[in-house]
Amino acid sequence: MEVKINVNGRVITDSVDADMLLLDFLRKHGCYSVKCGCETTNCGLCTVFMDDIPVLSCSVLTVRANGHKIVTLEGLQDEAKEFIGFIADQGAEQCGFCNPGFIVNTIALLRENPNPTDDEIRAYLVGNLCRCSGYNGQLRGIRAFLDYRDSRKE
Amino acid sequence: MLTIKNYVRAQSLDEAYELNQKKTACIMGGMMWLRMTGRTIMTMIDLCDLGLNKIDETETEFSIGAMVTLRQLETHPGLNAYTNNCVKKAVQDIVGVQFRNGATVGGSIYGRFGFSDVVTVFQAMDTYVELHKGGIIPLAQFAKMKYDSDVLVRIIVKKQPLAISYQAMRIQRTDFPVLACAVSKVDGEYRAAIGARPGVAVVVKDTEGILTGGITPETAEKFAVAVAAAVKTDSNSRGSAQYRTHLAKVLTQRGTMEIGGQL
Repeated sequence: MEVKINVNGRVITDSVDADMLLLDFLRKHGCYSVKCGCETTNCGLCTVFMDDIPVLSCSVLTVRANGHKIVTLEGLQDEAKEFIGFIADQGAEQCGFCNPGFIVNTIALLRENPNPTDDEIRAYLVGNLCRCSGYNGQLRGIRAFLDYRDSRKE
Repeated sequence: MLTIKNYVRAQSLDEAYELNQKKTACIMGGMMWLRMTGRTIMTMIDLCDLGLNKIDETETEFSIGAMVTLRQLETHPGLNAYTNNCVKKAVQDIVGVQFRNGATVGGSIYGRFGFSDVVTVFQAMDTYVELHKGGIIPLAQFAKMKYDSDVLVRIIVKKQPLAISYQAMRIQRTDFPVLACAVSKVDGEYRAAIGARPGVAVVVKDTEGILTGGITPETAEKFAVAVAAAVKTDSNSRGSAQYRTHLAKVLTQRGTMEIGGQL
């Protein structure tokens, strides 16, 4: 089937099988940040924005995404740069495999709720699994970023 | 792996219904569960062009399109005001935000999954299912029906006077519930919906009038004992039948006390 999908601002036209997952389509077109980590629709590693809503690209058919706008971490570099250093400063991650999904969903959180409480951060990011850490480093990193951001506003 | 030969965005409910009459066809919701079934589907039918992704609220009811996501249920102010945030409570621990942005209420209700928090919470309200050919039928009736080839169009919740509480026991947050429990007073009638028994949620009504004279710790316990006795539980990897029956009693008792505070 023919699809026309806007990926990170660039319209891609392709002929795909009916059962091709959006995850595989995005990787085929060079978005290697998008990965399959669990096979059970659970880990959040394949998170992308579809029409500005964070979704699991492992459960979206490419044909369903036809005509829609997809943004991956590759298209979010500037927004990610603002806070990833704070997470790195906490030494939060060891292997970094979960990082792309985690970053995309953190961007979704901060767009939806710019001033989250710790519980709201936990609740929003609970669907992003990290098997190295205990999540506290990431939480401290996000909190440090928010504190820095707020101190610059004053 | 899920194998799909053809994909069709239905342009009308009639078209979706016609295509769905073949055994090898399937209507997709969010594809969260379907993806893991490894089925081979000749025609995958997508309802995404039919405008079923909206919640309409009127004076008398909520009309929830089959393609509304669990996240939309979670964040809908009217629905959560009406249910004392119980719809939010019921779905907020289902995997994660991204998952709930995909999973649809139509998929959850049509699936009649045993583990379903969604079926459980809606069973505690005056809820109906609109089927394209079968018409509008009570959710309690639909929950007992065999899977057929009709098209689930909407969920309808009548705005009866409602007091409601929702609780679920999970081994770990985001896991399936070990037991799900919604207790309510709907239009003057007390009931408890018990899900993840692990079978699909069932409703037990206070037919004996245990709570008619008012909710006290004693009547709440008596109602909870009656509910636990009436609900058939089973064992699986998440818990034994005995444990579930115990949970049914404890959660019903707590839920009853909670709605007592709302009355």
